[in-house]
Amino acid sequence: MMNAISDALIITKRQLLQLARVPEVLIFSTIQPVMFVLLFRYVFGGSIDTGQPGGYVQLLMPGIFVQTVAFTLAATAVGLSADMQKGLIDRFRSLPISRSAVVFGRTLGDGVLNIVVLAVMGLTGFLVGWRPTSGALNVFLGFVFLFVFGFAMSWVGVLIGLSVREERVAQNVTFIAVFPLTFLSNAFAPTTGMPKALQYFAEWNPVSTMVAGCRELFGLKNEFGATAGSFPSENPLLMSIIYMILIMAIFVPLSVRKYNNAAKK
Amino acid sequence: MKAVIAEDLVKTYNKGSVRALDGLNLDVEEGTVLGVLGPNGAGKTTTVRILATLLAPDSGRATVGGIDVLKHPDEVRKIIGLSGQYAAVDETLTGWDNLIMFGRLYHLSAKEAKVRAIELLEQFSLSEAAKRPIRTYSGGMRRRLDLAASLIIRPKVLFLDEPTTGLDPRGRQDMWGVIDELVKGGVTLLLTTQYLEEADHLADEIAVIDHGKVIARGTSDSLKKQVGGERLEIVVENENLQATKEIVAKVSGSAVNVDEGLRQISAPVTTGSKALIEAAKLLDEKGIHPLDIGLKRPSLDDVFLSLTGHVAEEKTDENLETATGRKKGKK
Ligand SMILES: Nc1ncnc2c1ncn2[C@@H]1O[C@H](COP(=O)(O)OP(=O)(O)OP(=O)(O)O)[C@@H](O)[C@H]1O
Ligand SMILES: [Mg+2]
Repeated sequence: MMNAISDALIITKRQLLQLARVPEVLIFSTIQPVMFVLLFRYVFGGSIDTGQPGGYVQLLMPGIFVQTVAFTLAATAVGLSADMQKGLIDRFRSLPISRSAVVFGRTLGDGVLNIVVLAVMGLTGFLVGWRPTSGALNVFLGFVFLFVFGFAMSWVGVLIGLSVREERVAQNVTFIAVFPLTFLSNAFAPTTGMPKALQYFAEWNPVSTMVAGCRELFGLKNEFGATAGSFPSENPLLMSIIYMILIMAIFVPLSVRKYNNAAKK
Repeated sequence: MKAVIAEDLVKTYNKGSVRALDGLNLDVEEGTVLGVLGPNGAGKTTTVRILATLLAPDSGRATVGGIDVLKHPDEVRKIIGLSGQYAAVDETLTGWDNLIMFGRLYHLSAKEAKVRAIELLEQFSLSEAAKRPIRTYSGGMRRRLDLAASLIIRPKVLFLDEPTTGLDPRGRQDMWGVIDELVKGGVTLLLTTQYLEEADHLADEIAVIDHGKVIARGTSDSLKKQVGGERLEIVVENENLQATKEIVAKVSGSAVNVDEGLRQISAPVTTGSKALIEAAKLLDEKGIHPLDIGLKRPSLDDVFLSLTGHVAEEKTDENLETATGRKKGKK
């Protein structure tokens, strides 16, 4: 067990070293969400009436945080797929290390990257008027929530990254999976304008429950979004926790198994 | 003691339509070098991957250091080193970073990992490049670093999959030097190659594989005898064919082959360059100026030709069919 953790940390450290050697990666993976914050804040911000004090940016920030951490799935998938193609996964598998170390280390590394990105986004948000009103503890909890969600999504990315044959496929597959998930939600606009069927989807979509949960933790009433009175809209935090546990319960074992059979294609 | 044993390994792909390994048997005596020689698609990489615990065969059994590869892969991993066909190191990191990372993954302490990294960089003449990202390394340097990474724990059994493919002659020489040193240190080595010359230079014993089976096995001398050793080949103008034939017969002392179309005369020789010089001298005395003259060493193709009756070829699905067709034809 101790070895499993220390092995994983070595893999995480490798990822951080990579960032130190090629800082552009970190710079650009931060610029993108920051750009999103600014675009949404100033492009849609004027036209969407939120009916809440503080304006659109208060509702936007949780949405964009969740979108960003949801995309950890893509980062993990692409990273692992690249390692696989370069034969690094083979080499790791020939070493006497714990069976979960490489994938655990990778998800942890992507988690660390998320912390940096979330911090920069939070600051940017603050500069353009985002003011959570719930007190330091709740804001902190909100970020913990986001971190864990990113971590859970990362495990889905592991399975995808180890299943596809090429980095580019990993990139495409994950974008195709995550984009609809983040837009068919309450993240950027009310779901009330969607066709009925999509509204149901959006209501139960884990991205929506995450966004609603974060809004709650940052001191907002989650007024636009999920249909009032439904279970996920009444209990977004609980629902999100259930989703995270479910995702991990399914994808952690599948991913670890996939890693150990990684070459058996 | 056998350090490596593989028994009846079978591995198929695409629901059995590609038989990568078709009942492969081999073993390596402790402290010796086995060269696994075979053309593209013969099953070399598949064999290495099974022995290095990366791939499970459909059937068959294998042990490394007396440990069952399928039952106790974790134990096997503690005593082997693997350097795959393509260098598998982290390109964005430096050579130093890579060796430290792999050292730590082998559970060396931070200090031990550093000491070992310094030793290995020195041993592989990479000290100068240690702090550069692998991206900037030449193919040969990459290969050497890859090999260094597989030696961190001083493995008992080392697997090298085509360690010199893609290297220039200089790089190949360097790599051979490095491998020679390792072998002197007593490691058991299984290496794969497409070059007879390489197997010749490095291996105590050679197993020739084709279509997933060992088709011949022995020392390089015994294999070469099967192939027929070196040949003297001379190309001359038409009018000199007869005279040259007599000279070649005299020098070689065995049957001479004359190809009138190519105007080429050839014969097996046992004395190597001496035969070449003698033939050149005799030709000169007769005033014959050969268009081409040389010694031809048996190539992998010759080995294959003589062992299988067909030229080495890549095993694609189409070839598979023709290969089976051919076998049937023979019966
Ligand atoms: N994942 C795979 N899926 C389908 N066929 C495969 C797979 N891996 C290997 N093969 C097939 O198995 C056979 C043996 O392959 P292997 O890689 O062991 O050959 P090799 O001797 O290492 O060749 P090379 O000299 O080109 O490296 C080939 O016909 C190859 O096409
Ligand atoms: Mg190969």
